Amino acid sequence: MRLILDIAVTHIAGRGRQTLVAVVGVAVGVGFSIAMAALMQGGQDDLIAKLVDTMPHVEITDDRRVPAAQPAEAAFDAVAIAGLRPREDRRGIINPTEAFAWLREWVPGRVAASLNTQGVVRYLGRDVGATIVGIEPDAERGVSSIVEDFVEGSFAALEVGGNNVVIGDRMAERLGAGVGDTVTLVAATGRSRGFKIVGLFHTGITARDEHEAYVLLKSAQILDERTNVINQIRIKLDDPDAAPAVARRAEARLGYKSVSWQEANQQILEAIVVRNVIMYTVVAAIMLVAGFGIFNIISTITHEKARDIAIMKSLGFSQGDMQRLFVLEGVAIGTAGSVLGWLLGFALVTALASVHFELSTGGRELTRLPIAWAPLHYAIAAGFAMASAAVAGYLPARRAARQHPVDIIRGAS
Amino acid sequence: MTALIEAEGLTRVLPEIVPVTLVEDVTLTVGTREFVAITGPSGSGKSSLLYLLGLLDRPTAGTLRLAGEDTAPMNEAARAAHRLALLGFVFQFHFLLPEFTARENVEIPMRKLGRLPRDRIRARAGELLESLGLAGHVDKRPDQLSGGQRQRVAVARALANDPPLVLADEPTGSLDSQSSEQVFAILADLVRDHGKTVVAVTHDLELAVRMGRRIHLVDGRVVSDERVAGAAPG
Repeated sequence: MRLILDIAVTHIAGRGRQTLVAVVGVAVGVGFSIAMAALMQGGQDDLIAKLVDTMPHVEITDDRRVPAAQPAEAAFDAVAIAGLRPREDRRGIINPTEAFAWLREWVPGRVAASLNTQGVVRYLGRDVGATIVGIEPDAERGVSSIVEDFVEGSFAALEVGGNNVVIGDRMAERLGAGVGDTVTLVAATGRSRGFKIVGLFHTGITARDEHEAYVLLKSAQILDERTNVINQIRIKLDDPDAAPAVARRAEARLGYKSVSWQEANQQILEAIVVRNVIMYTVVAAIMLVAGFGIFNIISTITHEKARDIAIMKSLGFSQGDMQRLFVLEGVAIGTAGSVLGWLLGFALVTALASVHFELSTGGRELTRLPIAWAPLHYAIAAGFAMASAAVAGYLPARRAARQHPVDIIRGAS
Repeated sequence: MTALIEAEGLTRVLPEIVPVTLVEDVTLTVGTREFVAITGPSGSGKSSLLYLLGLLDRPTAGTLRLAGEDTAPMNEAARAAHRLALLGFVFQFHFLLPEFTARENVEIPMRKLGRLPRDRIRARAGELLESLGLAGHVDKRPDQLSGGQRQRVAVARALANDPPLVLADEPTGSLDSQSSEQVFAILADLVRDHGKTVVAVTHDLELAVRMGRRIHLVDGRVVSDERVAGAAPG
């Protein structure tokens, strides 16, 4: 094998220009595959990360997937009941303390309760419709990313207590209010109260920035006249992939609609699958083109070496020796090209990662191209290049090695 | 005399639409220390017979024994191993590997056989080239050598594994008269002084009559097989 290796090295070194073209061809294929994969994967990871980071992984609300059975339905064995005036249940999660304690017992992550209610934020005669979210700041910190999205003031100021509120920067803009101003929160019940703005956040999601206001849970309960009531439990899990199982278990026990982030974003995740198909098709196409390039170059070299194959066979080399020789040459070119391709890919990815653009200030908007730095991309690209190079060496060498040496010798004489 | 080549009814037919017979029913025996010329007009099957004897081609009929061993049951790898150990080829064109130096070209068959350590292989390649008058050219590549020098390197390569049988296909065909004479003298010397058997295809009758034995082919058949009095050994 050492002799075959030496011959392969001499062959490759002796044909500098051709070898260089072959190596550069492989490198370009590998490099661009890596860059494309990094970009596509980066985009996907970024999207999922945004979904996972900005949303609670499981959201339990006081809704039910099927309407609650009416007492009449339990009392009468009838096919259908018509004209019944349904019982008006008090909205909210019943026995919130017990439900909360049960969840805290087994859920691998953080749990936070809140009361969401619709209302209006009023300032200087301007009204903006809002979702007033009553929260417990300590618990909220564990399930929400909003803490990191403050452009002025801070979430911590809520913790001080009292009638404080944090609102989105767009809402503040519409109201013409700022930190330190006192706005009036009017609940659907008609009850209103003055709240001092202690922070402005900017999530980049207009609906939130323009229509969300956070107050302490107690304040929201008073405003909504629903003492000790919550209507939402949000869970942030250590492992986001466990969300569907946690949601199923919570719903089975509590009876309330529990939605995992995967269920909430089903359409987006389906779109990601389609995007993945497109991504892998594009990367595979690049690699296929690169593979053909490698095949073309190495098979040309092998074809040109047909005479040498015949001579070496006449000297006593076997068909297997010749196939090993050219597969080795292919793999050597593939290896050199892959290493060079890794450098090229790394340089391209670094260049792409350094592209910076400003879409908006602060928040979670994209300011850089999302790039995934995955060693797997390098391994797959190199593996594919090496396999192409090996096949590119093997197939023509097998054809040449099978050819009768006499035919080649006669033809070359 | 021990028989090195024993061919009986050797036939090679190309399976074309109209089958072409290259060699037909050749029976011959060649012993050690013979210097044999295979002659005949163009297309008479001289080279085809040589390739059959050298295990580069398979007969369609007949048997061939080399050094007492039947070659028919041998697979491709066994035939390659036989070529490596028993045979040395010299072609009309030198057929040296262009990326390798003269010494490396001679070393390759020895390294493939693997009988000698690397330092002995290197030394023997140098000695062979030196004995053929190429002492100052061992590290040159084929494109840096003249036609005669290349052919002598090819002879050195054929002798690398010290094979008992050297097969030469028009070994002087592409050389000028002076180089031809040199190569012929080397081949004759192999038989006379080193006990080799040389079978050479040639259309040069002047050279053929100087060899010990002359086998004449016409249309693939042996029409005469005669020993030449007063010629080189054989």
